[in-house]
Amino acid sequence: MLWLALSTLLSYWRRHPGQLLTLLAGLALATALWSGVQAINAEARASYDRAAATLGQDQLSRLERPDGRPVPMADYIALRRAGYMVSPVISGELRRDGARLRLLGIDVLTAPPQAETPAIAGGDLDLVEFFTAPGLLLMSAQTANGPLPGDLPPIRLSEDVPPAAAITDISTAARLLGQTDVSYLLVATEQPAGLPPLANATDLALTVPQNAGDVSRLTDSFHLNLTAFGLLAFAVGLFIVHAAIGLAFEQRRATVRTLRALGLPLRTVLAAFSLEIAGLALISGLMGLVLGYAIAAALMPGVAGTLRGLYGAELTGSLRFDPLWAAFGLAMTLAGAALASVQAMMRMARLPMLAPANPRAWAQASARAMRTQAVAALALFGAAVLFATLGSSLLTGFATLAALLLGAALALPAVLGVILRLASRHANSAFGEWLFADTRQQLPGLSLALMALLLALATNIGVSTMVGSFRATFIGFLDQRLASELYVTTQSTDEAGRLIAFLADRADATLPIVSIDTPLAGAPAEVFGMADHATYRDHWPLLQALPDAWDRVHSGQSVLINEQLARREALALGAPLTVTPGLTLPVAGIYSDYGNPSGQAIIGIDLFQRTFPDVPVTRFALRVTPDDAAALASALRDDFGLPADRVLNQTQIKRFSLDIFEQTFRITGALNILTLGVAGFALLTSLLTLAAMRLPQLAPVWAIGLTRARLARVELWRSLILAALTFLLALPVGLMLAWVLLAIVNVEAFGWRLPMQIFPGDWLTLLALALIAGTLAAALPALRLARTPPAILLKVFAHER
Amino acid sequence: MNVRLFLSVLSLLAGPVHAQGFAGLGTQADGFAVPGRPAVFDFPADHGPHPDYRIEWWYLTATLDGADGAEYGVQWTLFRSALAPETAVGWDAPQLWMGHAGLTTPDAHFSAERLARGGIGQAGVTAAPFEAWIDDWAMTSAAEPGADALSALDLAARGPDFSYDLSLAAQGPLIFHGEAGYSVKSSEGQASYYYSQPFYSVTGTLTLPGGTVPVTGTAWLDREWSSQPLSDTQDGWDWFSLQFADGSRMMGFGLRDRAGAVYTSATWIAPDGSTISYPDGALRLTPVARTDVDGRDIPTGWRVELPEQGLDITTTPVNAHSWMDVSFAYWEGPIRFSGSHQGRGYLEMTGYD
Repeated sequence: MLWLALSTLLSYWRRHPGQLLTLLAGLALATALWSGVQAINAEARASYDRAAATLGQDQLSRLERPDGRPVPMADYIALRRAGYMVSPVISGELRRDGARLRLLGIDVLTAPPQAETPAIAGGDLDLVEFFTAPGLLLMSAQTANGPLPGDLPPIRLSEDVPPAAAITDISTAARLLGQTDVSYLLVATEQPAGLPPLANATDLALTVPQNAGDVSRLTDSFHLNLTAFGLLAFAVGLFIVHAAIGLAFEQRRATVRTLRALGLPLRTVLAAFSLEIAGLALISGLMGLVLGYAIAAALMPGVAGTLRGLYGAELTGSLRFDPLWAAFGLAMTLAGAALASVQAMMRMARLPMLAPANPRAWAQASARAMRTQAVAALALFGAAVLFATLGSSLLTGFATLAALLLGAALALPAVLGVILRLASRHANSAFGEWLFADTRQQLPGLSLALMALLLALATNIGVSTMVGSFRATFIGFLDQRLASELYVTTQSTDEAGRLIAFLADRADATLPIVSIDTPLAGAPAEVFGMADHATYRDHWPLLQALPDAWDRVHSGQSVLINEQLARREALALGAPLTVTPGLTLPVAGIYSDYGNPSGQAIIGIDLFQRTFPDVPVTRFALRVTPDDAAALASALRDDFGLPADRVLNQTQIKRFSLDIFEQTFRITGALNILTLGVAGFALLTSLLTLAAMRLPQLAPVWAIGLTRARLARVELWRSLILAALTFLLALPVGLMLAWVLLAIVNVEAFGWRLPMQIFPGDWLTLLALALIAGTLAAALPALRLARTPPAILLKVFAHER
Repeated sequence: MNVRLFLSVLSLLAGPVHAQGFAGLGTQADGFAVPGRPAVFDFPADHGPHPDYRIEWWYLTATLDGADGAEYGVQWTLFRSALAPETAVGWDAPQLWMGHAGLTTPDAHFSAERLARGGIGQAGVTAAPFEAWIDDWAMTSAAEPGADALSALDLAARGPDFSYDLSLAAQGPLIFHGEAGYSVKSSEGQASYYYSQPFYSVTGTLTLPGGTVPVTGTAWLDREWSSQPLSDTQDGWDWFSLQFADGSRMMGFGLRDRAGAVYTSATWIAPDGSTISYPDGALRLTPVARTDVDGRDIPTGWRVELPEQGLDITTTPVNAHSWMDVSFAYWEGPIRFSGSHQGRGYLEMTGYD
């Protein structure tokens, strides 16, 4: 019985392959975007975990010097000889030939078991080679294939090593980095019996293991962002599915009525429908997974680029297949299909057995439904305002966005209805009145597709406004920040001394740049020493400052901090900041520092050199008449003999920074386009659905003399008008979205607030895109209408129900 | 640390244990010095390391009686293994060090291991003043000026759940095995330099999870270095140090050979330190009791015969599970024996994988 019902229902799809395709494509697209984003997130998280687990950093405490300098070897030996199980690591970055590689030199003889590297533990390694010069470097294939510094020891591939890094014996790292002292000590979890606590035995600072690391915390915002995009795409995809399923149900009312009249119980019919939907969902879910995997693989390099650019997080650009991910994706598809069909199923259940089958019933949404939606929309707007004003986390930021978008979508039919009613008053012909009235009547059927379009357009406007504002601010910021004409790095302090002499009468000013990585307020940060020069006084991008901020900084009485640090630690002007345990200074100014995830502080260079006497001065900013910069750069390379990659001019650095910036938002752009595409498809589906049902309305108009071609053109225009109206409504929503992104989400995610700018040029492009989408979506139904044989239109009157 | 990792490191240490298992590393000298005849010793320098030789150890075992009436055994070993026949200062030094500490009670056995690279001060041996150390484990000379550096020692080691602190005083002279310290290890002629101080009396303290135990007893120090101690087919060895009631001592070992008979060697030590060395075949070693230890079938009871000294005894372990659970595991613990002679001693058995 069930089988009979099912085969009867399924026969429908044989006669309507286009609808079947729509349904499958809708579900597949929804699944694809959602699962693609999930795959990217999962891969990125796994990558962070791998990086955090390197050398057991996620489980092992470390000993470091509070001032960030290396631990003298004698201190390490003293701890060992006191009986403590600590293991040395020499780490550092090798920069040569324009390439860089992070080296992790470990001592496998003392390393705690948690720090064990599978590549070494696996036993495939020749340990004599590993221990003795030139040594071996373990790195992933991806790292090995990338640009590497020259003159490296032999390489052995190991996929467990994080990207852009190599693990090697401590002796090899010491030789390559020219450093004999230990960067930090790993502390074994189990210490021998009867020793006093380690903290009492050393002046070194003990840091507890970082779970999943700072990177994970920093990048949370990015992944939340991606997830939000994925959900949005999924929701848009479900609109398509809802339309397709609704249509299929309506068109089979007659069939169902016949089946019921033949004695088939309602329960069997519903079971057959459920089975049908589940089967279709399964098929399209699988298609979606394949597609999602492809999308993720295609986007992965962009994501990797984004994360590297924005957070300095290294990611393998590759993707692994995870069965759990696939199962979750399929479950999502099934749930989505169930959600999309629940309305249709309920109607089916309530359908009186002998009631006339009337497809129009579906499209005739009551005014009451629209009112309910409008009320819900108002409630959501209220919630958005509440979230925006009361919340102060990333999550409430996104909640604001969600409430705003959903509210706008729900309000759309009501608002469009009002606009059309107002417009129809100005119609000055019978045909015009009919056109508006007919459009209004179609609204309920089209509303879901139009909502999808609204969401896509608003997101597009919001995100592009945010990115555009960001870019404009960033370029201005670069101009301020990179005020010097040339930036030079020397290899040693000797070379630096000769450079200063060389530049004495060639440059207007030679400004040393010194910095050290040292924690501020308990998080990784950098401290810079800044020379007293008009270059900084005139150009440095200060957001807030005390009147005599520069004098205070250069006399060693105050510190400047970046916006991120100020926001994170709620440091206002005048608040004290502990730079080192023995040095606490009041904040004299806050400067913008875009593109840098971590905190930063600036102190006067004299104070810097007193506080961190071991930091060598090897980097310099040179001031010179802009026209002479190129000549001086070549003099530095040719006459002084600096390698080309150690002399950078301002333009190069700006270009490099902008490249990173563009890379950062490439993924956003790609997702934008995909969402818009899905929305366009939703519109097409809805119009196709309506076209079949609208013949009874069109036939009379045709009968009173309008040609089919004219009718088709009208259909096209109608679609264009609706798309344009939706765009107009999307505009304020998009701008509000941009404001939330800039004023709430960015501040929470990155720690900086950007001024909002608007880009009407982009809107025009988007309007054009919306119109094109509307035209394309209406083209097929219109073409069909134009080609409908008159006999079919005539039949409408014969079959009038 | 991963076992396989250290198996391969220790193949270099070429403890008799695993040498054969690693492509004949035990038999090739690769630029390292090779022991020769006649053996000439130069003290105190020879108490210190010999970096030209591939492997070397300072190996101390003690049979102890606790104030609580229980028998105890203590082991303290420092191995040196050279990646190249040279020394250096800094991370690059091609000398690796490994320490093993064991503490046996009648019903428990504790073991610990330390590893270090040379050249940075974490582990090493100095001849004068004599000190052998790895981390906080140390064997330090407490000898009177002018006396042999090994004639009095302080000894300490610490594991996750135990520690010990002992003072040792030699009651007799150093003795030399084989041909005046040239000890042949196979019929193919592989050999090592090998001398011992078998006459220590001991006092000190053991710290166990249940508290501290004052102990007294005797101890035995072995010094041995070589570059190719085993032949290709030798699997492992069974080594005995025995103390008899009359004050004489005996060292005997059997090197088990896959290809043929066990290669045995023995040194009979009179109470005054005079020695008689016995060549292959004089000593007979026969397992008489076996114990399942950590999944391995280990011969923990032995019949030991040296007919030329009228010796025919049967040994029993103080704790049959004296299993050194370290990178490469082996059995090492105190024993008792009865038969023609009564007394106590130490047994080491390696290569029962």
